[in-house]
Amino acid sequence: MNTLKKFLGLVWMVLGPLTMTFLFLQAIDKVGLTHTYTERTNTILQWGIILFIFLPISLGLMIFGFYAWKGEYEQLPENPEEL
Amino acid sequence: MSETLPKNNIFKVIGASSLGTLIEWYDFYIFGSLAVIIGHQLFPEDAGASALINTLAIFAAGFIVRPFGALVFGRLGDLIGRKYTFLLTLVLMGGSTFFIGLIPSYKSIGYAAPILVLILRLIQGLALGGEYGGAATYVAEHAPKNKRGFFTSWIQTTATLGLFLSLGIIVITKNILGAETFGDWGWRIPFLLSIVLVVVSIYIRMKMHESPMFSKLKAEGNVSKNPLKESFNNKANFKMVLLALFGATMGQGVIWYTGQFYAQSFLENTCKLDFNDSRYILLWGIAFATPFFVVFGAWSDKVGRKWIMLSGMLLGILFYRPIYQIFLDDTDYSKIEQAAILSSKPAPITSVLIADSPDSLRTTSIKVILKNGASFNKVQVDTVSATKGVLVGKEVIKDKVLATPVFWKFVGLIFFQILLVTMVYGPIAAFLVELFPTKIRYTSMSLPYHIGNGVFGGLVPFIATLIASFSGSTPLSGLWYPIGIAALSLIIGTIYLSNKRDENIND
Repeated sequence: MNTLKKFLGLVWMVLGPLTMTFLFLQAIDKVGLTHTYTERTNTILQWGIILFIFLPISLGLMIFGFYAWKGEYEQLPENPEEL
Repeated sequence: MSETLPKNNIFKVIGASSLGTLIEWYDFYIFGSLAVIIGHQLFPEDAGASALINTLAIFAAGFIVRPFGALVFGRLGDLIGRKYTFLLTLVLMGGSTFFIGLIPSYKSIGYAAPILVLILRLIQGLALGGEYGGAATYVAEHAPKNKRGFFTSWIQTTATLGLFLSLGIIVITKNILGAETFGDWGWRIPFLLSIVLVVVSIYIRMKMHESPMFSKLKAEGNVSKNPLKESFNNKANFKMVLLALFGATMGQGVIWYTGQFYAQSFLENTCKLDFNDSRYILLWGIAFATPFFVVFGAWSDKVGRKWIMLSGMLLGILFYRPIYQIFLDDTDYSKIEQAAILSSKPAPITSVLIADSPDSLRTTSIKVILKNGASFNKVQVDTVSATKGVLVGKEVIKDKVLATPVFWKFVGLIFFQILLVTMVYGPIAAFLVELFPTKIRYTSMSLPYHIGNGVFGGLVPFIATLIASFSGSTPLSGLWYPIGIAALSLIIGTIYLSNKRDENIND
């Protein structure tokens, strides 16, 4: 299980930047759409909010992956005193 | 200390904490429950679907700032104590809700209306970010160690009951005033009513004592000097914050908001169900499912928190698409045969001028009643242009009222979704409390909780509606967002979380 935790850490580290790239591409694509599909929706504001919120979270996922890769989750603390 | 607290005292603690938290959830959810009406009030009349999406964006803004509220008030709670911090959050929440009820419409003050509501909505979000962690911590720190799941599960019922209360008051107000008056000014009453509920709750909370664990910490001079630094600069603690977020609260948040919020939004906006029907279905579903928060909370004291929460996520991943497909199929009245129709009655044609334009919108409507008791309105909105003549609009079937057997089938499907909510949400307060030490508990548990619920969960209606509005998407496309997030959380939770409960949180 510890090996799986460790190697999945790599997946989370890769998933972070992949999510960021996907969100950026989606934002560029959707903001560039004509009003035919989006009516009068303010897509720049909407995608600005989405990027502002999810980019730090993607970074958090990368850090989580890094900790997992370093074996930080192999032995979880038994109680909060160990923190 | 907590083990010796008399039973009637612990129920006083739960009652006083829960009432305030319930009112905060009520305040927070009336906005979402009235999104369509508020959209009409805050934006131009010809804004169409964008009014709803922009209103959902304002609604979502309240969720997005919740983690910041968790940081601000969590820090305060770890510095000055639980009691005074969540008194402050209650005042902020009640005040901003009351003022939303007083904001003039777009017709009166233009775009100042949505901007003012956005500001008040942000204050609501900050206040809620500070409230929940305090209430959960406060109750857990009073509870005996082998019943922490059971006692904190009462706090967990408040979010759903707050939603129930908001829907109930909205339905009652609308039925008393009538649809037209309610849409005109009656929608303000549920907001204004909040001030009464908040005053009662403040009175009750003023009588509460500080948490025994925090008092002990304070007496010993061990209160954290900088909870934010200790929570997030300490790697050992920060890695648990990340684990709590990605392995539990992220998945829990999307299950909560899909089952209770997106479901109603989907029934009302995608299936075009009647205003009352969509709310009655949710009200019944909530009423039947709410006791299960306590059932799963208590069960988690015996078998551990992890597998109950993860099972709820798995069931959501497997069943969301089939459930929402049934919602769509059973509300598809486009191919109704003539023989099934009992009566068909046209309503008077109405005409509304478009703001800042010589054009107007002409609405024709036919009320159709079926032999099985179901009914709907066929509505067509044409644009009468001064230059281009009449631009014929698309006929839409809306205000659908379900036949009784279908109504109860929908109640069952909503009940199932809320049952999943009770599985993921019932044990999570105890799970989070047990993860962090007393002196930084308020701060540490609040952040993953509010990112999971406020950001991942709170954005479900907004992101799912947005995805479903893309070219080439289907009405079910929006569900990929909660399904994807829940699947990721399920994998991380299964592999990384421990099912062990921490018996001693008195540290």
